Amino acid sequence: MDKLIVSPSPHTHGRESTQSIMRDVLIALTPAMVVSVLASGWSALILILVGVAACVLTEFLIGKYMLKRPVTICDLSAAVTGCLLALNLPPNAPWWLIVIGSVVAIGIAKMTFGGLGQNIFNPALVGRVFLLVSFPVLMTSWSDSGAFFGFADAFSGATPLGAIKEGLANGQTLSQLTADDLTLSQSLFFKMGGSTGELSACALLLGFIYLLCRRVIKATIPVTIICTVAVVSGIFHLADPDRFTGPLFNIFTGGLLLGAIFMATDYVTSPMTTKGQIIFAVGIGLITVFVRYFGSYPEGVSFAILIMNCTVPLLNKYCKPKRFGEVRK
Amino acid sequence: MKKTFRIGGVHPDDSKISAQCAIEIFPAVETAYVSMAQHLGAPATPVVAVGDKVKVGQVIAEPSGFISGFVHSPVSGTVKSVGPRADIAGNMVPHVEITVEGDEWMEDIDTSDTIVKDIPYTPEEIIEKVKKAGVVGLGGASFPTHVKLAPPKDKKAECLILNGTECEPFLTSDDRIMRERPQEILIGGAIMMKALGVTRGYVGIEENKPAAIASMTEAAKEFPQIEVVVLKKRYPQGGEKQLIDAVIRRQVPSGALPIDTGAVVQNVGTSLAVYEAVQKNKPLIDNVITVTGRCLPTQHNYKVRIGTPMSKILEVAGGVPEKAGKIISGGPMMGRAIANLDAATVKANGAILVLTPEETRRRPESACIRCGKCASACPMGLEPWLLNKLSRAGGLQDELEKERVYDCIECGCCSFTCPAGIPLLDMIRSSKAEVMKIMRSRPKK
Repeated sequence: MDKLIVSPSPHTHGRESTQSIMRDVLIALTPAMVVSVLASGWSALILILVGVAACVLTEFLIGKYMLKRPVTICDLSAAVTGCLLALNLPPNAPWWLIVIGSVVAIGIAKMTFGGLGQNIFNPALVGRVFLLVSFPVLMTSWSDSGAFFGFADAFSGATPLGAIKEGLANGQTLSQLTADDLTLSQSLFFKMGGSTGELSACALLLGFIYLLCRRVIKATIPVTIICTVAVVSGIFHLADPDRFTGPLFNIFTGGLLLGAIFMATDYVTSPMTTKGQIIFAVGIGLITVFVRYFGSYPEGVSFAILIMNCTVPLLNKYCKPKRFGEVRK
Repeated sequence: MKKTFRIGGVHPDDSKISAQCAIEIFPAVETAYVSMAQHLGAPATPVVAVGDKVKVGQVIAEPSGFISGFVHSPVSGTVKSVGPRADIAGNMVPHVEITVEGDEWMEDIDTSDTIVKDIPYTPEEIIEKVKKAGVVGLGGASFPTHVKLAPPKDKKAECLILNGTECEPFLTSDDRIMRERPQEILIGGAIMMKALGVTRGYVGIEENKPAAIASMTEAAKEFPQIEVVVLKKRYPQGGEKQLIDAVIRRQVPSGALPIDTGAVVQNVGTSLAVYEAVQKNKPLIDNVITVTGRCLPTQHNYKVRIGTPMSKILEVAGGVPEKAGKIISGGPMMGRAIANLDAATVKANGAILVLTPEETRRRPESACIRCGKCASACPMGLEPWLLNKLSRAGGLQDELEKERVYDCIECGCCSFTCPAGIPLLDMIRSSKAEVMKIMRSRPKK
């Protein structure tokens, strides 16, 4: 002890690190990944592994050879992006599709802005939307998953939403659509309540509970999104049950749960204060429902989150935390 | 439901490993080095010269301003020198060096163990006695206590809050005195309430000190006007503003003084010193210091005469272990790293904490992930990430003032909680100093 360390306080640090937070997110995603592998077999596992590898490799190469700075892949944020992107694709998507998505997600949406913490948009969602508009057929083809239709559906599932959109466009009413097509109604209601959809919703909610317990995220954003979707779709459904799907359908189909729990809560691209988070989440809920009801795409969660991502700097600027001593009592 | 403050806060590991160690009287030293800057404000002016004989409790320095204080000899002996000596940070501060001879006390000091309950003095007499005894706030800021007991004419005190939270990890000196001397602390509280002219008193204690809560609650049965308030464990509950918020649900407005809420906060250690000063005529010449650290062979709570070199205390406690990396005066959240181990203790020293390099290692800094955890942890409701960004950009003092950097209490919650290991408080502290300098230089309205 010849030399004593002298530095300003505090002299101790909490346990949390960027890496431990990202590891917690990966752990929280595990149930959903396990279910997707169980449901869709090896193709889903390959997709996840390729997604993670492609994201990590992209970050490594760009960081090391283009930006020439310390490699940051150990913070695990690229791995999280890879997993999220994989969970956003149909399980039978070809491996090269996710490689393209990963390069776009990490290379364009993240590293271009300066890496972790600097990006405006959620990288995984940018990757997904890029693939959706570039490869619409591959991104919405579900034929190979066969019996596991319902499983796959719960993750990215444009299918029930897509079928309804198409049916409505052809002049059918909602009650006709659900009555005519037994498989559709199964995937909508029975399966959701009984087996496949519920299983995956459960897996996502399990991850949600884990993140809450570990205090990685607060419940504000996911709960506000779900409540907004429930209220808005409830009002529309009551007004015209033949044209507008109901709250339960809207909450449990498509990527709503995945988006609300894992994408909208991304630290970097969501507001920091509770007030800002509520505004952000209400916006996502509204845009999701409106895209689903009135847009040309069947699904709107990705667009909703990306659009609201743009508002984050503004929300951070105007939604200040409550200062000490502001309220005199 | 247990009370706590309403904004921010963190939960560092308790680490109260010295809580079961009863207070030991620290053995006499050969030489005492008494600092003249033991209180906030102007250093005291020495009134003794080399060669003078002094007794324990004799005045050796007088205040040199309104916010200043008396300093007394903690030992008996001969004044060897009067001059500058390095403090814990290595800054040269005037000291009086006394060679110890025997242990002869001033005659008017009551050194018996009898507890004196009656308070026959008027508020003015109490304040004068507290001032003459050199009592300062022992919670850390060492603000002269008599100044706090005489609030400005236009402010009205409504209650006294005794601070027994000891929310910093590792520290146990307040815990020990609350267990071992609860009656005297409460009499000290009653004395201060009389001085302030208030009828309501509270003692805030965090729930992790059940023995102290029990002994204080038992002793408080004799003091119906003083209530023991059990608080949730949460750092920085011992901060003056946070404690007032936790106990009486009032928040000190930005820029205002705690007295504006009607509350006066005093540490339990200060309360004990006030008791001794008023009832026993004993000036503040010793205090209880926790000597702790996981790398130390034994843990201690020593009652130490002021002016004892830190190195001496560590030596008696078993020596500084080879693996020690950082030695801190105070707790791990707000304490000061000691650069000079030969520095002598001062009135407000509450602990010597020895950490290994591993325990105190700073994390490598990585990119801000905008998690907002610093803002959630800030007990003042500030946005440390933003203050850090503005500080680093440089030249943005206007913006920093707008974001109320001056409200920062430097508790360290932001740096503690940051997952990216960003030294937020380092940046904020330096820009706070700049901004406050600018604010002070403005003409007063």
